[in-house]
Amino acid sequence: MSMNTPSLLSIQDLEIRFRTEDGEIAPVRGVTLSVAPGETLALVGESGSGKSVTSLSVMGLLPRPAGRVSGGKILFRQRSGRTVDLAALPLSDLRGLRGAEIAMVFQEPMTSLNPVLTVGEQIAESVRLHMGLGHASALKRAEEMLDLVEIPHARRRVHEYPHQMSGGMRQRVMIALAMSCNPSLLIADEPTTALDVTIQAQILALIQRLQREIGMGVLFITHNLGVVAEIADRVTVMYAGQVVETGSVGEIFRTPRHPYTNALLNCLPARARRGEDGRRVVQSIPGSIGKIGDGCAFAPRCVHATDPCGVGTVLLETEMDRSVRCLRWREIPA
Amino acid sequence: MWLKLGRRLGSLIIVMFLVATMVFFLTRLAPGDPAALMLGDQATAEDIARLRQVYGLDKPILVQFLLWLKEIATGNLGQSIFLQRPVIQAIAERAEPTFFLALFSVSVAALVGIPAGIASAVWRGRLVDQIVSGLAMLAANIPSFWLGLIFIQLFAVRLGWFPVAGYGEPGAPFMERILHLALPATVLGIVNSALIVRFTRASMLDVLSDDYIRTARSKGLSEARVVLRHAFGNALVPIITVVGLTAALLVGGAIVTETVFGLPGIGNLVVSAVLRRDYPVIQGALIVVAGIYVLINLLIDIIYTFVDPRVRY
Ligand SMILES: Nc1ncnc2c1ncn2[C@@H]1O[C@H](COP(=O)(O)OP(=O)(O)OP(=O)(O)O)[C@@H](O)[C@H]1O
Ligand code: SF4
Ligand SMILES: [Mg+2]
Repeated sequence: MSMNTPSLLSIQDLEIRFRTEDGEIAPVRGVTLSVAPGETLALVGESGSGKSVTSLSVMGLLPRPAGRVSGGKILFRQRSGRTVDLAALPLSDLRGLRGAEIAMVFQEPMTSLNPVLTVGEQIAESVRLHMGLGHASALKRAEEMLDLVEIPHARRRVHEYPHQMSGGMRQRVMIALAMSCNPSLLIADEPTTALDVTIQAQILALIQRLQREIGMGVLFITHNLGVVAEIADRVTVMYAGQVVETGSVGEIFRTPRHPYTNALLNCLPARARRGEDGRRVVQSIPGSIGKIGDGCAFAPRCVHATDPCGVGTVLLETEMDRSVRCLRWREIPA
Repeated sequence: MWLKLGRRLGSLIIVMFLVATMVFFLTRLAPGDPAALMLGDQATAEDIARLRQVYGLDKPILVQFLLWLKEIATGNLGQSIFLQRPVIQAIAERAEPTFFLALFSVSVAALVGIPAGIASAVWRGRLVDQIVSGLAMLAANIPSFWLGLIFIQLFAVRLGWFPVAGYGEPGAPFMERILHLALPATVLGIVNSALIVRFTRASMLDVLSDDYIRTARSKGLSEARVVLRHAFGNALVPIITVVGLTAALLVGGAIVTETVFGLPGIGNLVVSAVLRRDYPVIQGALIVVAGIYVLINLLIDIIYTFVDPRVRY
């Protein structure tokens, strides 16, 4: 978090618990990150590291009743200037923010739209609720939004059902829906993973363009470091439910401090490091998620691990704009 | 869509033909000579033979079948042996109580079953769910005659709110006749609501975990809107199916209830026709009930196209 811009979203030491058949687990326990207005923060980490769960908790959409926020704060600055803790906000107040000030685009474009309502109705529904427009003008707004996300023949397609559209088109509809009430924060959870590469690039360009136009902050979740290089201002790296490193894109790519970030970048082809490739590069490696063990969670896989790494709690240390959760980050060569 | 409906109508005709064939041969396979039965013990062999000729019972069975098929294809269900009038007329006279009983029962079943099923799914595992599921289990296992007798005893005899039985004087005003259906329709509705509760609950649970429900919530919609518009809208197809099938079954299957409540409906007509081996009436009633069944199925298909755009295109 840069000190001069007050952040739009500031998650502090978030802990999330799930009740499961084998008892309670905490897939997120130590997430600290922030998004400034107009900024794009990329949240990266391997599969199962807790990215989606973190983003859902911001919207209060953790699967109920199994999941809950059990610690930390999710501070959000409303348009009115008031800052609220979303984790403690009554559901009725949270509903007023959902779709209006915070919007979300999900990973699964094929299933995220309601199959029995036209795409126009689905966008208009949100617009009517938050912008207080009537039926006709809300539908008009839906049409404008489809136009804005570059869906051809918006006037006709506004009356179409999701199954009449391709995956790429549906994701555009999702983006149109998310943007329809000019949110100040957009959460995009792997919005392009399910799409093929050319469509991916178009969707990314679209999100960037709209972001510039309405100046919203974006929390962008992805596996893909190529995508990160292309669109993010800053990067937060997660491992096993914790944030292990945060920094600007340039710093993270040039001088990764945490051994896990380093490992991530090392399995990235050089081309992708320059942001030209869009392949998914982070393999899922079994981590010890959920059990709060002693010491650094990455120790079993860390080439730099020493005895002290196995005991106590490793804190997220912040210096200037950089945060790292590693005992030895100052000594390890990048 | 029209092509689909056309194909559907084609298969409907084939189904009706198969039904007719089965109805004809099954009723004829039963032992006993209706002519002899009709004339009683004192009849001579000559009398019986003459009567058999009048009703065409002396011809080879295949010829009888083909003649009969030709007749029903033109809408003529024949003449009742005992009632001295056309079968179609006998059925029409009995159609009103059966039709309204089925209509009211299925309405009661849907009005009780659908909201209960929705509540049960929304509050899954909670007290509401447990109560609803328990009651549904109970309703599914109560014999309708037993519940019928209890209702008669309580609401008709003890409290006097409703008529005890029957369908009023012939020629009584419509509303008075309809009032006679209140108790039987409630009984049938309750018994049949169990299946609708179960289907609604399962269908809603299925839909509530879909991705677009999360999207709907992410828009800031109220929970009521999420459940009733987004989830229920998608859960409708199986619910409509089970309501439609319930209606179809009620048309043919209300026999027990009609008997308990002394309603002069089609069920009643069939029972007495069976006892007297009145073949034309049995056959005619079965054909009509099967026809209604098939038509309701067609109707369900048509409703689908309104409910689910994916079927429409
Ligand atoms: N409904 C749930 N019930 C129990 N545990 C859950 C549930 N959803 C998520 N988890 C736990 O949270 C962990 C993190 O899941 P999450 O979906 O946030 O990972 P992710 O980083 O988004 O992974 P991916 O890149 O594959 O999307 C999972 O490994 C799982 O243990
Ligand atoms: S704390 Fe130790 S084990 Fe953990 S990442 Fe740093 S060096 Fe590796
Ligand atoms: Mg995820």
